[in-house]
Amino acid sequence: MLNAPLTELSAALAGGKVSSVELTQLFLDRIEKLDGELNAFITVDPARALGEARAADARRAAGESGPLLGIPVAHKDIFCTEGMTTTCGSKMLANFVAPYDAHVVEQFRRAGAVLLGKTNMDEFAMGSSNESSFFGPVRNPWRKSAVPGGSSGGSAAAVAARLAPAATGTDTGGSIRQPASLTGICGLKPTYGLVSRYGMIAFASSLDQGGPMGRSAADLATLLNAMTGFDARDSTSLERAKEDYARDLDAPLAGLRIGLPREYFGEGVDADVDARVREAIRWYESQGAKTVEITLPNTHLAVPVYYVLAPAEASSNLSRFDGVRYGHRAAEYSDLYDMYCKSRAEGFGAEVKRRILVGTYVLSHGYYDAYYLQAQKIRRLIARDFAAAFGQCDLVMGPVAPSTAFEAGAMSSDPVQMYLNDIFTIPTSLAGLPGMSIPCGFDSKGLPVGLQVIGNHFAEARMLNAAHQYQKATDWHLRVPAGTPL
Amino acid sequence: MALFSGPFRPLFAPPMSLDLEQIRRIARLARIAVSDEEAAATAGKLNSLLGLIEEMQAVDTSGIEPMSHAMDLVQRLREDKAVEPDRREAFQAIAPAVEDGLYLVPRVVE
Repeated sequence: MLNAPLTELSAALAGGKVSSVELTQLFLDRIEKLDGELNAFITVDPARALGEARAADARRAAGESGPLLGIPVAHKDIFCTEGMTTTCGSKMLANFVAPYDAHVVEQFRRAGAVLLGKTNMDEFAMGSSNESSFFGPVRNPWRKSAVPGGSSGGSAAAVAARLAPAATGTDTGGSIRQPASLTGICGLKPTYGLVSRYGMIAFASSLDQGGPMGRSAADLATLLNAMTGFDARDSTSLERAKEDYARDLDAPLAGLRIGLPREYFGEGVDADVDARVREAIRWYESQGAKTVEITLPNTHLAVPVYYVLAPAEASSNLSRFDGVRYGHRAAEYSDLYDMYCKSRAEGFGAEVKRRILVGTYVLSHGYYDAYYLQAQKIRRLIARDFAAAFGQCDLVMGPVAPSTAFEAGAMSSDPVQMYLNDIFTIPTSLAGLPGMSIPCGFDSKGLPVGLQVIGNHFAEARMLNAAHQYQKATDWHLRVPAGTPL
Repeated sequence: MALFSGPFRPLFAPPMSLDLEQIRRIARLARIAVSDEEAAATAGKLNSLLGLIEEMQAVDTSGIEPMSHAMDLVQRLREDKAVEPDRREAFQAIAPAVEDGLYLVPRVVE
């Protein structure tokens, strides 16, 4: 059960082989046993989870069915959950209980999924290592001295250690794909606008996008079907007809054109990562796919552009945390200005403060054109690179990150080194394109390597098809870390 | 400066690094209290980041439209009608300080 695909769990529930209460208890027990060390969860409420499981069992007894009915799912602690704390990994929101559910949470609730718990994350989703959480770092189940990636590192570690069958994440510059890659699971960042941002605490609104994290591409398709959908409460939610992301899972690969960006291979990429990714691509060639070399010439500008735009948007979004309506308020202050300054100084951690300062600076009088406007213009150049590439290919493939999981603390003295770890995921985010990570092997230290699959806008079904076919022929996605045995 | 040659020339060339007084000024704008020790400790990391984004300045972007959103969306409009229910109590229940349905802050006007 712990390592079963969602379709199998759903069939077991439908066939009466297991109840949602039993399934939920199984995962709660595993969390109890293993999460003390991993720290993948910020909040677990067993009584509430079991209550939801009983309700799911009752819905099934009343004749309802569905692929997620009774399945336990963990939500990243950035999604608001009514009646349960939503901390965003921050002291600022350590006691925040949202008075409403995020759209994503509502969608899972409607589908009958059980809320297993809220997962740990980098504070306000700012980070690539899950070391900036107020609730302590998350450990990588494959090597506990290493980071799980971030910012959705808790969701990634939870799925990797099989503490949850599936989880949600959010991705602004790689926060689903990079932790998925570093923990050997699957994660998909959808086309910008497919998943509503309502109730998803904002970091950089023009980039933030929720998405599924799970064991396999087929599981991601099921989760994506539940997560997507138009929501009028998000002004950038796309008004599109619902689609079935699993519809093409079994389509043949022959004739698929795979673009290989020159900039994503070679210098700066670990030899093991490069080798595993190339092996996966050779497998696609053996199945009749054609590879074509493409160029994304502005790739090197993606990280600089991102570190202007994301902090600028963050400095604006995070101005709402002022100690007035919700969140942390300092105990002592002399006046209103002092209350703002002290509440924010106490509530935010170092990385968040740094990004707010950068964002405030690049938007300040006199520098707006040189930084913010220039970054927006280069963002268009990066989007055009992809538009040109998709004239020559159906999907783009390459590494997710230049390296496998790094040791905790290794990048904390120089954040820029950490930022450069996102060089292959940020361009996709800037262009609003869907991207995913699937496991494609291990490095010499036994740490997982992720293959990135990037599609044109709305190509999720095609990406999931390519990933699913690979997973029918390989078992990388079924491997479980030795440190968290089944 | 070579960095700003060509048709693209900002009105103010941004400084390559920030001194402590500039960091304190930005922190005041951002409403974040920083001690002198914190400002000094963060200066290196901030300037390392500014060095990273400096790379953008060499790019000629004349004639390129800024891209503010991934999908180049236009703002959707809705009818000017109240649709949300009144949940004042639920929202005020999570506030640090309220009285008689009002949010309390230190006195601003004497």
